[in-house]
Amino acid sequence: MNVKKFVVGNFYEEAVLFPAVTKVRRAGYKIHDVYTPFPIHGLDKVMGLKDTDLHIAGFIYGITGTATAVGFITWMLAYDWPINFGGKPYFSLPAWIPIMFELTVLFAAVGMVLTFCWLCQLAPFVKKDHFNLRSTDDTFTMAIECTDKTNEAEAIAFLQSVGAQDVEIQHREADWWIGRYDRETVRFGKKVPQI
Amino acid sequence: MSTVEKFIPAKKYNTIAYVLMGVGLIAAIALYIATHGAAANEEELHRNHARFWASLLQNSVYFLLVVNAAMFFMCATTLAWGGWQIGFSRVTEAVSSAVPVIGVIAAVILLAIVFGDNHVIYHWTDTEHVAHDKVLNFKKGFLNKGFYTAVTLGTVILWSFLGWKMRQRSRSLDTNPPETVETRKKFIWDNTVMSALYIVVFALTIMSSLPWLWLMSIDAHWFSTMYSWYTFASTFVAGIALITLYVVFLKNNGLLPAVNDEHLHDLGKFMFAFSIFWTYLWFSQFMLIWYSNQPEETIYFVNRIGNAGNPGHYAGIFWTMLVINFVGPVLIFMSRDSKRNYTIVTFVSVLILFGHWLDFYQMVFPAISPNKVPAILYDMGIGLFFVGLIMLLVGRTLSRYPLVVKNHPFAKESVIHHT
Repeated sequence: MNVKKFVVGNFYEEAVLFPAVTKVRRAGYKIHDVYTPFPIHGLDKVMGLKDTDLHIAGFIYGITGTATAVGFITWMLAYDWPINFGGKPYFSLPAWIPIMFELTVLFAAVGMVLTFCWLCQLAPFVKKDHFNLRSTDDTFTMAIECTDKTNEAEAIAFLQSVGAQDVEIQHREADWWIGRYDRETVRFGKKVPQI
Repeated sequence: MSTVEKFIPAKKYNTIAYVLMGVGLIAAIALYIATHGAAANEEELHRNHARFWASLLQNSVYFLLVVNAAMFFMCATTLAWGGWQIGFSRVTEAVSSAVPVIGVIAAVILLAIVFGDNHVIYHWTDTEHVAHDKVLNFKKGFLNKGFYTAVTLGTVILWSFLGWKMRQRSRSLDTNPPETVETRKKFIWDNTVMSALYIVVFALTIMSSLPWLWLMSIDAHWFSTMYSWYTFASTFVAGIALITLYVVFLKNNGLLPAVNDEHLHDLGKFMFAFSIFWTYLWFSQFMLIWYSNQPEETIYFVNRIGNAGNPGHYAGIFWTMLVINFVGPVLIFMSRDSKRNYTIVTFVSVLILFGHWLDFYQMVFPAISPNKVPAILYDMGIGLFFVGLIMLLVGRTLSRYPLVVKNHPFAKESVIHHT
């Protein structure tokens, strides 16, 4: 378990969120993450996130697919069980290109989906802690990670000054775990009813 | 952000254009002298003359279709209610404004070939020959001088007229901006109708019948239903490359303030995607013919790449253009950063424009000069004439109107565009 202390604030407008992210970063606070109900163009740049390497993985998967197709068909049709199709050479590359293309796409697509899930820590039974459930609905939630040197009162005041609402200190699990959510989790200020 | 900036062509720009046109004219004259000299027999003389006209045909048709692809880009994005292209839509319009001039040149050359007494290029124009040729006799309803003339003239006139109309609509925004929401909606709707009309004309010409007449009928016995799409894909990717070159050129001159890396990235994606699309069509045409192995179909590729153990004369050009047009753009443009790098984008654009020129070269010449590749430098020289002409025409149009269409209802979409 890796429970950390966070200062969490809610934003209601994109126009407030963007300058706030810039100001918080400039002030030297460490943004753990910003949670939004939908993808926001440009937020990654403002947060200074680096580009994903997912597409490099995709290229490698694609090449693997091509190589698998060429290798396997060559072995089958040119070495293991050669069949004469209308006088064509055993090694007849043009006829195989559709299969090569399809295996390239298949490997790249499946591989990238799985890699994406792995990068985002998404899988069946894998759970992650929420800072604010409204970030799945209508608000943008920013979590600032507290270090030994963070003055919490000052961080709360700063977050409020840049336009955050409902600012509070939370102790949250930063990693994923397998199992279920804590039954005692408080949602919207109310105790979650026992399931 | 200033929005009244205009492109003022530097003196050097026009000088280069005139020099290129001069080189092209010299190349044409040199080729005329080289091909109209003495020949061993009458048949060779005809072949020599045809080689001269084929060069004019290849270059004029290629560059006409390339500048016209800008027209298609404009109408397709308008029809899709795209907003991102508004930032550089004046560039697209300027490129498309070369259509009437090059269209007239191409029409004159094509009709001169059809109505001339040299039947090497279009041997379906030889009535004597057609009467004894079962296949060509069967195709007479399609391959005849009257239909050819009507389609050629109709196409050039319609392309020029509709293109002028689209450009006028865009330019009317500068003096007469739509103020209310209603007039803005009406503007967009009228634009949509206009470009839909153009797309129909486009579908009936270059996407279906025109390349059959202009280019495929050089190999009059051979046929391929993919041919027109293949030609269209070729010119469309080259047209995007031309637009991109101008966007980069104007950006380097500090113009086009609304265009940034995001727009360049999207143009790069277009080139990447349509290079693959072109290869897809090329391969579909090739593989079906290779697979079914019918002699009347395979003859086309035997003339170009030869057959097993016996390489054709055009094999070098053929494989070179396949590498330039497919392997090059796909591998270079695969990464995100390369599509945002001005140098790489410029390099690939030039590569694509040259590669598809080479593609047209191997479409036209193997039927006219089957036993040897003609001296390609002449054809490149004549190509430079059209490059100069396009530079001159595009530069002139660019300098006349503001480069930013600030009154377009979708202008903001282009400014905040983000991929």
